[in-house]
Amino acid sequence: MAKAASSRSTKSESGSKTGKSEPLIPNRERPDEPGRYKASKDELVQFYRQMLLIRRFEEKAGQLYGLGLIGGFCHLYIGQEAVAVGIQSGLDGDRDSVITGYRDHGHMLAYGLDPKVIMAELTGRDAGISKGKGGSMHMFSTEKKFYGGHGIVGAQVPLGTGLAFGHKYNEDGGVCVAYFGDGASNQGQVYEAFNMAELWKLPIIFVIENNQYAMGTSVNRSAAEDQLFRRGESFRIPGIQVDGMDVLAARGATETALEWVRSGKGPIILEMKTYRYRGHSMSDPAKYRSREEVQSVRDKSDPIEHVKRELADAGVAEDEMKAIEKEIRKIVNEAADYAETAPEPEPEELYTDVLVGKY
Amino acid sequence: MSVEIKMPALSPTMEEGTLAKWLVKEGDTVAAGDIMAEIETDKATMEFEAVDEGVLAKIVVPEGTDGVKVGTVIAMIAEEGEDAGDVEAPAADTPDKKEKAGESDAKPAKPTTEKDEAPTKPARLESDVKPPEPEVPEGTEFVKITLREALRDAMAEEMRTDERVFVMGEEVAEYQGAYKVTQGLLDEFGPKRVIDTPITEYGFAGVGTGAAMGGLKPIVEFMTFNFAMQAIDHIVNSAAKTNYMSGGQMRCPIVFRGPNGAASRVGAQHSQNYGPWYASVPGLIVIAPYDAADAKGLMKAAIRCEDPVVFLENELLYGRSFDVPKLDDFVLPIGKARTMREGKDVTIVSYSIGVGLALEAAETLAGEGIDAEVIDLRTLRPLDKQAVLDSLKKTNRVVIAEEGWPTCSIASEISAICMEEGFDYLDAPVTRVTNEDVPLPYAANLEKFALIDSDRIVKAAKKVCYKD
Repeated sequence: MAKAASSRSTKSESGSKTGKSEPLIPNRERPDEPGRYKASKDELVQFYRQMLLIRRFEEKAGQLYGLGLIGGFCHLYIGQEAVAVGIQSGLDGDRDSVITGYRDHGHMLAYGLDPKVIMAELTGRDAGISKGKGGSMHMFSTEKKFYGGHGIVGAQVPLGTGLAFGHKYNEDGGVCVAYFGDGASNQGQVYEAFNMAELWKLPIIFVIENNQYAMGTSVNRSAAEDQLFRRGESFRIPGIQVDGMDVLAARGATETALEWVRSGKGPIILEMKTYRYRGHSMSDPAKYRSREEVQSVRDKSDPIEHVKRELADAGVAEDEMKAIEKEIRKIVNEAADYAETAPEPEPEELYTDVLVGKY
Repeated sequence: MSVEIKMPALSPTMEEGTLAKWLVKEGDTVAAGDIMAEIETDKATMEFEAVDEGVLAKIVVPEGTDGVKVGTVIAMIAEEGEDAGDVEAPAADTPDKKEKAGESDAKPAKPTTEKDEAPTKPARLESDVKPPEPEVPEGTEFVKITLREALRDAMAEEMRTDERVFVMGEEVAEYQGAYKVTQGLLDEFGPKRVIDTPITEYGFAGVGTGAAMGGLKPIVEFMTFNFAMQAIDHIVNSAAKTNYMSGGQMRCPIVFRGPNGAASRVGAQHSQNYGPWYASVPGLIVIAPYDAADAKGLMKAAIRCEDPVVFLENELLYGRSFDVPKLDDFVLPIGKARTMREGKDVTIVSYSIGVGLALEAAETLAGEGIDAEVIDLRTLRPLDKQAVLDSLKKTNRVVIAEEGWPTCSIASEISAICMEEGFDYLDAPVTRVTNEDVPLPYAANLEKFALIDSDRIVKAAKKVCYKD
């Protein structure tokens, strides 16, 4: 399971000089070893609140799917909450942009988007963030610089590189964070993007959310180099492996990555070792892993339990956490009620938004 | 408040399933994530997890039950502080019963609105509303320039007025363009705005598309459109669909341009017309000009356009010279065909390099007493079908000339439109003149046999005029 944060540089320094798995690359600058973020009590409460919102929202989405209110594909983020929350908390919402794949609801919530409009998109309603035309996989908020929501595995990586190109072109100081999974990290276009990103020193953080399974195929069965943080080496992109079940480790690594990228040194890779509790999508019977494996991660590494322990250490009372829990349940239930009762799009919407201009 | 546990839909198509096994029993305490039951669908046996915490008060549907409809209450959970013994199961035959009062008739599985019937297509689609062709003022000077120069001038003019416009592609900068279309742009605009890419079509098409999503206006050059097949995913899935998928929120103003169609003796992999491919995709604008004036005016329009544009050029036309109006800002409307030659006996519809062949054929036909009208579509999507139908009404005969394969072609599309909307005006079958339905061969004689030429257009025109 998820290891403690360790950077490529430390490994080379301490690793064997002859071992194939630990090549020593001299004269190459590396980012510092990231530390766990020292969060204030308020920040911890905020992390807890956001992660819990994602967890409860996704559970509710699973329920609504079960009731037939959500159709098609629906990819839940349960288990991976610390990644999006930890990373988003370090970004500058006014200038940094974000792009991800189809497992996008959790990210949108971490970005502070209204759970109602996200849930209403899941149920295909006019009030949904994409007017019901996108669905679970296709949500966007240009206002929040959240650029989707992409259904083709790996496509968001060159697209994100394009957003980073825009940051550099406009000299706006922004950084793009492009999230993709361990599955996408085997797509050719990812490496085409890596090459250009480093060649042009673009401000982008490539975040590999390694949840260990590309649909039903484990990383070990699909990746010749399964230490995915090393996937940038031949492009001279440094990588850091991070405990993606620890929101403070995620945030700490983000600080390091942002420092690297904002100083003009080009892209960086963060491999977030994480785990998804649910199937790849709702129709996944999950026969490729044992129930014990999933339960063991839940018991030992759950990111929300983790932050709860931090909260307790920081002196937050059990009652206070329970109150937050109650409040989150209320928000999620309201979002679900809204999404169930909001009207579907007008039939005329079928023909709108195909093109912007009139020809 | 007790919670009803309902039979879940575990796939997009599941309507009912078998409750194979209960893994918890009445009185058990369940936590979120606990596996409660195994459910068999038509595809697989799935585990069903608890979402809410509480005590399993009642199992309503016993294990081994087949054909349990999605939405049927299968168990009841008592929440914290509630006595499990007090929980009552709902009546068994109300699978869709909602808890909320006054909504008992709602069917959550299929939410309906009152307007459930198919929407009526707007009488005039947005794309049918055409701005008038800008008139070239009387006395305007015309200059003879090559199509290559016209394209370069169009890009340069737009780059001068809009900082967001930049060009990227293979060999566009220091090499001055593989076909010299971007000649001089690096000198004027510098490496920030004229960018050489590695040979990485899928990658840079994606980078350009992402830059457009972020608010820039990229011009992405493909050395030829044959290589864009590696990038077609970004053109179709990323660029064309985003505005729709985002409910009109996210724009993608990008121009994908480069030579398209057969060149000369370059073999099958480098000789293909992608017009029909891209023209079939809603969300794209597809332009394929013939002469230099149209290339310039439409390229400027494409760059200003808020929609993604596929701009199909032709290598064999790059070096040809045409008259171009000498105006400061010559912009043509997208989606409007042009009558290249007026005639009354037969309409020849074409685009790109086919227009030249059609004009040649019309000249030959004139010598044989047949007065042909030649229509240049210029834009393949949205297609100016009104121009075709208007001409059909006048001549009652249509030949479509296309440098490309016949199957599922623009010619096929025009035939269908003539049949569906101009049937009563037709005096002869609509006829397609295209390349042969084979990969393009290398041998000079075979290549000639495979490609459309003006003789074949002449022959088809005479046939529909019953003068062959």
